Amino acid sequence: MTTATLSTALDQGLEHVEPAAVTADAVKSGTTSVRPPEATPAPRGPSLAERLGGFMRRVIPPFLGLALVLGVWALVAMKSADFPGPAKTFDAAVVLFSDPFYSNGPNDQGIGWNILASLKRVAVGFGVAALVGIPLGFIIGRFAFMNAMLEPIISLLRPVSPLAWLPIGLMVFKAADPASTWTIFICSIWPMILNTAQGVQRVPQDYLNVARVLNLSEFRIITRILFPSVLPYMLTGIRLSIGTAWLVIVAAEMLTGGVGIGFWVWDEWNNLKVEHILIAIFVIGIVGLLLEYLLLLIARRFSYGAN
Amino acid sequence: MNAIVKVENVGMAFETKKGSFVALKDVNLQISTGEVVSLIGHSGCGKSTLLNLIAGLTLPTSGLMLCNGREIAGPGPERAVVFQNHSLLPWLNCFENVYLAVERVFSAKEGKEALRARTHAALEMVHMDHAAQKLPHEISGGMKQRIGIARAFAMEPKILLMDEPFGALDALTRAALQDELIGVMAKTGATVVMVTHDVDEAVLLSDRVVMMTNGPAATIGEILEVKLAKPRDRLQLAHDPHFAECRAAILEFLYQKQMKKAA
Repeated sequence: MTTATLSTALDQGLEHVEPAAVTADAVKSGTTSVRPPEATPAPRGPSLAERLGGFMRRVIPPFLGLALVLGVWALVAMKSADFPGPAKTFDAAVVLFSDPFYSNGPNDQGIGWNILASLKRVAVGFGVAALVGIPLGFIIGRFAFMNAMLEPIISLLRPVSPLAWLPIGLMVFKAADPASTWTIFICSIWPMILNTAQGVQRVPQDYLNVARVLNLSEFRIITRILFPSVLPYMLTGIRLSIGTAWLVIVAAEMLTGGVGIGFWVWDEWNNLKVEHILIAIFVIGIVGLLLEYLLLLIARRFSYGAN
Repeated sequence: MNAIVKVENVGMAFETKKGSFVALKDVNLQISTGEVVSLIGHSGCGKSTLLNLIAGLTLPTSGLMLCNGREIAGPGPERAVVFQNHSLLPWLNCFENVYLAVERVFSAKEGKEALRARTHAALEMVHMDHAAQKLPHEISGGMKQRIGIARAFAMEPKILLMDEPFGALDALTRAALQDELIGVMAKTGATVVMVTHDVDEAVLLSDRVVMMTNGPAATIGEILEVKLAKPRDRLQLAHDPHFAECRAAILEFLYQKQMKKAA
């Protein structure tokens, strides 16, 4: 798709730079009407009206949905004394985001610091989970014995809410911050183990036959066949993990305190600044969406057509 | 000509839930250097099984398989395989797919430049050098199979095994690739064993056509020698009486002697 657009763009570019070449081609192919070089090329893409229509079709439904939410929100806010409406929330957001990185001691920091603190915990917990979970997934996928050994344990532990692990983390680390990171670790490790293992089990036999016929070395098999064919599964696992981690961090921080978006929500509740809680909900949603989108982009880079 | 592959009294049985299934029984075949042999038969007759045995992808349950005087104990680069579904690695471009094979076979003796030259030569041989940097999903099915053939030839195997190499292609593309293969075989003098279910293809390409009986316990029914001068031209062959005779003999074998009972 991109190459196609690129090549048409190149063609058009060539027409402007070297009109002589175009006319020469036309003569060669036997066409009698030789186009003068300064003639404007016929429009190739859809007309302006069509493009506008397409744009409207894509933009109007989401816009309507957003307007509906805002409308309902405003109506509810009118009836309730405590609940701030969209306008009030927007004003609060403007104030809040005008100085996102202030710091007045550990309990009063800008929203930017809070988001970064949460992201850092997610990154560390998730990173360690990837370092442990992905190799473990490879081992489980490759050796039936390990699969049979670990499968019951994983089945037992996976449905446990990650927050149930928080007290264990507090007990082991004796500090709030590593405990919430530990919770992230536990909740993000399962999808990575399971998806990687599934990917390893589903490496097409054809590719393994190629490896056998070429008599590839173990190193080449891993780098050229196993790893690339497992990668899409791995990325799915990573995407699920990041999603869960971002869900869990808010709850974990509410319980442990410190700096972080989850704690900030709880803090603002204690301050009865409901508009800030609403802003936090938007922010959490947007950051989650961005993480998801980023990983989708990476996954698309590593999907190799429909085989 | 000395035999490069010897198949002696080979039998192959698969263990299934319903007990043992005998796919092949008492297969005897010798393939000489430079010879092109086709295996033909109805589907399920074990022709692909026999090819996989020669490739070493599976091992026989009885009998002896020799390649170059040594027992076939597993797959190896001296017996290159062209798979029906091309089996190119989708994350490597065409050049890298061929290079992977070249590197494995020749890197002990040759430098990087020589390996790259070999890869380009192989791609050029199937007229695909222009697509060297393309990924497999960016080229057509016929082109993919050309790359698969280039990969196999680039290894300079003692024998080339092809499992219905053109089975998944449309008739016109198939003809183009058969002509391509005729050219490449003439240039390299390769020894080829090819599984096919296409009678014309078998006669056009081979020196001998091995006709297999229906399974279970399939074996070699008849062997037909195709005494047509090489390289062959499909247009001239259309009027050649020997071509018609060979064709008729195979058809007779397949549709009279080995007619499938209500498949």
